[in-house]
Amino acid sequence: MRFLEYQVKERFRTAGIPVPDGRLARTPDEAALAAGALGPIAVKAQVPVGGRGKAGGIKLARSPVDAKRVAQEILGMTIKGFRVQEVWCETAQEITRELYLGLTLDRDLRNVVLILSAQGGIEIEEVAQANPQAIARLYPDPWRGPLPFEVRELVFRAGLGPLQAQLAPLVIKLYTMARNFDATTIEINPLALTRDGGLVAADGKLEVDENAAFRHKDLHGADETAEDPLEAEARRRRLTYVRLDGSIGVIGNGAGLVMNTLDLVQREGGRAANFLDIGGGAKAEVVHSALELLVMDPHVKGILINIFGGITRGDEVAKGIIDASRDLGLKLPLVVRMTGTREEEGRQLLREAGITPEASATVAARRVVELAAAGPPADAGGAARAKPAFEA
Amino acid sequence: MSILLSGKSRVLIQGLTGREGSFHTEAMKAYGTNIVGGVSPGKGGSTSLGVPVFDTVADARRATDADVSGIFVPAPFAADAIMEAAAAGLELIVCITEGIPLHDMVRARAFVAECGARLIGPNCPGLVTAGQAKVGIIPNHINREGPIGIVSRSGTLTYEVIQGLSQAGVGQTTSVGIGGDPILGLSFKEILALFKDDSATRAVVLIGEIGGSDEEAAAEEVIGRGFGKPVIGFISGRTAPEGKRMGHAGAIISGNKGTAQSKLDSLRKAGARVCETIEEVVDATRDLVGVAQAS
Repeated sequence: MRFLEYQVKERFRTAGIPVPDGRLARTPDEAALAAGALGPIAVKAQVPVGGRGKAGGIKLARSPVDAKRVAQEILGMTIKGFRVQEVWCETAQEITRELYLGLTLDRDLRNVVLILSAQGGIEIEEVAQANPQAIARLYPDPWRGPLPFEVRELVFRAGLGPLQAQLAPLVIKLYTMARNFDATTIEINPLALTRDGGLVAADGKLEVDENAAFRHKDLHGADETAEDPLEAEARRRRLTYVRLDGSIGVIGNGAGLVMNTLDLVQREGGRAANFLDIGGGAKAEVVHSALELLVMDPHVKGILINIFGGITRGDEVAKGIIDASRDLGLKLPLVVRMTGTREEEGRQLLREAGITPEASATVAARRVVELAAAGPPADAGGAARAKPAFEA
Repeated sequence: MSILLSGKSRVLIQGLTGREGSFHTEAMKAYGTNIVGGVSPGKGGSTSLGVPVFDTVADARRATDADVSGIFVPAPFAADAIMEAAAAGLELIVCITEGIPLHDMVRARAFVAECGARLIGPNCPGLVTAGQAKVGIIPNHINREGPIGIVSRSGTLTYEVIQGLSQAGVGQTTSVGIGGDPILGLSFKEILALFKDDSATRAVVLIGEIGGSDEEAAAEEVIGRGFGKPVIGFISGRTAPEGKRMGHAGAIISGNKGTAQSKLDSLRKAGARVCETIEEVVDATRDLVGVAQAS
């Protein structure tokens, strides 16, 4: 779960992390009012992706007239697929120095890591590459959390000793916030040192662990569905789906197996249109829903279904395929590879419905790529798709 | 011989009376696993699937002397179940549950390490020692006894490899699915070290996927340093785009980290035989074992 800047900053403020004064505006007039109340402001597009500044989504405004004009420009922009519907107007800061403070999960060390750097404002990965010693890390004991002396050490290692009285409490607050929100990433970047000597979170990022959503029912993040209508539709259908840029629709069970199926399609000269994992033990209805989703994608020219039955049963999958093909009037080339639990029953059902199951995943991938390249059968006409197609 | 699990292992199932727990316990019993009891808080004193059920893991351990636990507890309670097993003194804990909050796993993992227990998973299919015992959800009929060790981050793709090898007449010692989450218990490194010391294992198949750098660590720190047995490596997700999570919580390329290419390069450099398809993995493994038999 991701959040917009202003949502993150509200939470920073609650956690005791200083943020600039600001107001949310949905119209140019509201932005003008904000400038009237706050003085010179930064007008910032609220979208759940990075790179807003480069895209022209952040501008300074000295006066209400200025703010109205700037907000007019930014509202309605589209940044990386997201339409800007709100701008955050906040007091312009006189920044003398930009630092970085963040927390993330280190998979390799299986722990949370706190990261502090005297060089902020840009991607921390870039600093890590160009100047690794400019970054200080602290791996707190997951049960104790960071101890005060460990935090002081972190601050001194980052070369920020003179700021330790201000910085150390911020580090603790950030860690506490991460634990309270089940955050997998929190960043204050830049953490700005202002002309008056204060530290303020000039921008913020928060990502909350989806696995922990059950204990954060009151937490509502940014609407990420603007990104891709098919991914949004998949979410509504509770399908694990990722849209890709090829033309072969892929359905399989198990993440590793589906990833491997995408690789096989490419090896045979095609490109997958998506990743779709129906998971373990999927019933016919899930297969039906998955096929329904794939035919909504106008780029799909052929469909490959790859099933290894463990808990998943071949006959269930076959039923879903057959029903969906009929209900959707499916005319796209469809290739099925099925093995494992109840494979014989499943294959028999498919054969009776006129679908020939392939013996191996490699052969199936080759076949679907060939069929998709050859195009739909001559009688397909305009009825190949049962539902109106989503455009990219 | 085998690693981690044998016919003598005394296995406890946490969440035995749940839907998943009971379904898979039946399959584990059918495979010959020595299931000695189950744990379902509030159902202590009853019997289920022919074994006694206890309220706590400590009670179960005292009564049955179990040394392995399989966990089928729902995600909100699974990290606690892992720690309960570790505190009760179980040596091997296999957690099948998917979707455990990551902060819970960071803490549970540290706790397990302090207790000196071994954890496999979470979000994994578990492990099978062919012909002897199984803890988890790997289908029974695909396994066959033989000289190959398997370690994998995937579920169904692991089944493909096991079935492919078995059908080619190449059996396995132990097949271990370590799981698809970012915060895991045992990783490739530790499992490979166990296979190294297992006299029955003559070669190891390693099935990795994009995300993290556990495959690279295994290649550099174990395979490339006198492992002494052939390793056949395979990585799925070669064509996955950057920044997209491919089903598994841990299967994501972040910037230039976690790419299939980096993993393939490391494995190759360490002397592993790297394959492009599962069929190739099966062929290469069969060829290797054939050579080993002749020498």
